[in-house]
Amino acid sequence: MNALSRREMLGMLGMAPLAVGGVGGLARTAYGETSAAAAAPGAPKTIAGRARARIQEQHLPNLPLITHEGKRVLFYDDLVKNKNVSMNFFYANCDEICPLVMANLAKVQRLLGKQVGRDLYMYSFTLKPTEDSVDDLREHRKMLGALPGWTFLTGKPEDIETLRAAIGFKYPDPAIDADKTQHIGNIRYGNEPLMLWSACPGMAHADWIAETLQWMIHPQVDRVQKS
Amino acid sequence: MYYNVFGEKVSKRRFKQMCAAAKNRRELIAAGVTSRREMFKMGLLTAGGLLIAKHGLSSRALAQSTAVPPVTTNNPPSGGGQNLSPGTNQNCVPGNQTMSPPTRPFIVPLTVMPTARQVPSLTPTPTLNPNTGAGEVRAAAFQAPGISMSRFPVVPQTLYQFNQRQFTTSQHPDLPPQTIWGFDDGTGPRSPGPTYQAFYGKPQITRNINSLPSITEVNNTGFGMASVSTHLHNAHNPSESDGNPCDFYTSGRFCDQYYPNVLAGFNSTNEPNGDINESLSTLWYHDHRVDFTSQNTYKGLAGFYCLFNQFDTGNEETGFRLPSFPEFDIPLLFADRTYDPHSGDLVFDLFNLDGILGDKFLVNGQIQPFFEVSPRRYRFRLLDTGPSRFYEFFLTGGVAAGSPNTNPFWLIATDGNLIPAPVQVTSVRIGPAERVDIIIDFSKFTPGTTLYLENRLNQLNGQGPAAVDSQVAPQNSTTTECSLVLNNNQPAIKAAGAGNLVLQFRVTGPQVADNSVNPASKPSFYQLPSTAAEPRIVRTFKFDRLNGQWSINGQFMDCNTFRFAVQQNSVEQWLLTNLTGDWTHPVHIHLEEHQILTRNRVPPTVATDMGRKDVTQLHPNERAQLFFRFRDWVGKYPMHCHNVVHEDHAMMALWHVVAEGDDINVP
Repeated sequence: MNALSRREMLGMLGMAPLAVGGVGGLARTAYGETSAAAAAPGAPKTIAGRARARIQEQHLPNLPLITHEGKRVLFYDDLVKNKNVSMNFFYANCDEICPLVMANLAKVQRLLGKQVGRDLYMYSFTLKPTEDSVDDLREHRKMLGALPGWTFLTGKPEDIETLRAAIGFKYPDPAIDADKTQHIGNIRYGNEPLMLWSACPGMAHADWIAETLQWMIHPQVDRVQKS
Repeated sequence: MYYNVFGEKVSKRRFKQMCAAAKNRRELIAAGVTSRREMFKMGLLTAGGLLIAKHGLSSRALAQSTAVPPVTTNNPPSGGGQNLSPGTNQNCVPGNQTMSPPTRPFIVPLTVMPTARQVPSLTPTPTLNPNTGAGEVRAAAFQAPGISMSRFPVVPQTLYQFNQRQFTTSQHPDLPPQTIWGFDDGTGPRSPGPTYQAFYGKPQITRNINSLPSITEVNNTGFGMASVSTHLHNAHNPSESDGNPCDFYTSGRFCDQYYPNVLAGFNSTNEPNGDINESLSTLWYHDHRVDFTSQNTYKGLAGFYCLFNQFDTGNEETGFRLPSFPEFDIPLLFADRTYDPHSGDLVFDLFNLDGILGDKFLVNGQIQPFFEVSPRRYRFRLLDTGPSRFYEFFLTGGVAAGSPNTNPFWLIATDGNLIPAPVQVTSVRIGPAERVDIIIDFSKFTPGTTLYLENRLNQLNGQGPAAVDSQVAPQNSTTTECSLVLNNNQPAIKAAGAGNLVLQFRVTGPQVADNSVNPASKPSFYQLPSTAAEPRIVRTFKFDRLNGQWSINGQFMDCNTFRFAVQQNSVEQWLLTNLTGDWTHPVHIHLEEHQILTRNRVPPTVATDMGRKDVTQLHPNERAQLFFRFRDWVGKYPMHCHNVVHEDHAMMALWHVVAEGDDINVP
């Protein structure tokens, strides 16, 4: 196809904010669907549908959690579904990498400005639900100067463990995994409607993390690095 | 002589202590003493992270793990991602992979990718400066025409137009068709992409167009970012055309990439034609989009680029007389993949940080194909595209008879660079992004014989080969610490026939002439360039993991930061160190090749380490000393781990070549 005409067409779609109903195109995908003869009964009929179901089942469990405001939420339904998100783990009395990562996230939130809470939601989950009370989370959040759109969460210990494994914050080695001082300091980010997921280090430069998160808000971005 | 990872001489006693310390640390972890602070408290860990040799834990750690069931790469644990080895060190923990549906082996013929088709012209015509008005996304003007407009015209005669497209194809008849991404040179999309047949002295432009479904409307298959940057891996290319991870573009945009096909040194040490001993032959192209390379290459964005010259001609009657391209010179692209056990869809483990192993082995886009060969010599160009698997290939016969055997073949190139002379080997090991060219002489076998390219390397997870084969220690044992802990006697190399039979050769083709050189006649190819020059600077890079974050010198990938500045046309030595003890990192450096001077102060001992390289496997507890000459081009380039899962999670550093280099020893 002629690059120019495509460009014009895409220019119109361009930076349009993501509609919450971004998944609406699911049923009318035109790209090489299979008969899915071998698929489990009741499985979605399209590759994209099955992919979404798989990601949701394996990585985005609908676990009950509690926010720093004491509000009960469901992980998938309330926090992730149809949203762009960043997610990380910390605990209030962590004195190794958490302070660096959390201070970084505070900078990232300021860099992203009003987009946080509107186009992207930041979530920080406690690694130690038995130690960190809702009050602790609220205090910690206040100390960091977090603004609306950045939610701190806790839950039942077993649910937090399930969540941690599901979204890639668990070492395969249980012994290393048990050592909370070595806990994984990455930031998992994603655009749920478009099924775009990756991660970046929580200790990377804040402006780079912010740029990375922008790809989820505005994936239609072209970039060159001048040298 | 014994050395530590910094290359300092140590006593035999100290060396043994070092080996014991690394082992003990894992045992302590296995015994539940996991916190660094606890270890400090107990006086077991020094401030530098070195473990004080501690006796008496060994039997405990081993006793704890005797109940661990055996797990092999061929039988990954399925169901809920439970790992089956509590208390063992991470090197022994199998990756959590779903089990793919069964597929019948060797029922599909090998696909040989067609030679890429040139186009007579490009519309709009390529321009010296990026044609942003027409939708081009390129960082800077072409450098080559600036050096010589007559040698490198802005619009060279050789032009290609590659559209990157989504399409549906079969990877095996027992699985449903897969929706993947590939390259279309005008003859239809395919993955692997068409094979370039390029020539030194013939500059070319490839217009890489992103014609993937738009990111904002795509219902993707669960992975992949329709935002691309196509890197030509190993090319001595100007930075604006290199395919940098930090330059990327979405659907409808394009980038004209100028490949000068010129020898290193042409504008510096060896004017005007460059150093013939720097000739490249087997390159490959692949997506390099920062943070999404693993997904995009997994989805199919990769292909071969074969570069010929007056010696490596592609014609077995001229030059070095290597088997003729493309009939008897066959690129083989290896990839391991996983498919959903129910639907058979190709799946990618999005939330993995360590590395990804598949249980299905694809060669040129098909699972376990067969290849009918004539009784003559063939050149095969083997490429490991990962994402995270290492291979040790053997040529196995006698499988049907129940007595698998091992047959020798010839190694002629490492990372696609012809080595000074062929070396007869019985196996060859490659990691992600590495290439080797080999010659197999099928006339040695009775017509009708069936042979296999078999991967016998034992790898349990994304960390690297199961065996801790650090070259710190003399290699005289095939069992490993991992095997002891697993109590499973896991060998580093599996027995003949017990590995992954990846490709089947059937010596059933017709008798045909063979005018190619006999490697046993000791032909001579290129000589290795001298590494005697004094480096302007020695830089050290420590590859490590900090709280699950992949790092180089404690820092992370950032497109906005150049970590150091290399001086144009200067010599440098780089020390790559890996103190982690249980990870192997295949480290790739763009722009210039290197030679491995030493591993832990010892000159290389294996054939695949002795040639020119663009990827060096950095083994656990190892320091590799590399020699570079950065020539001709300026601008930005990355270095990174080519376990693409590590790469995407920031084990990469951006640097640049400028007129005046800096003096940062530890960037």
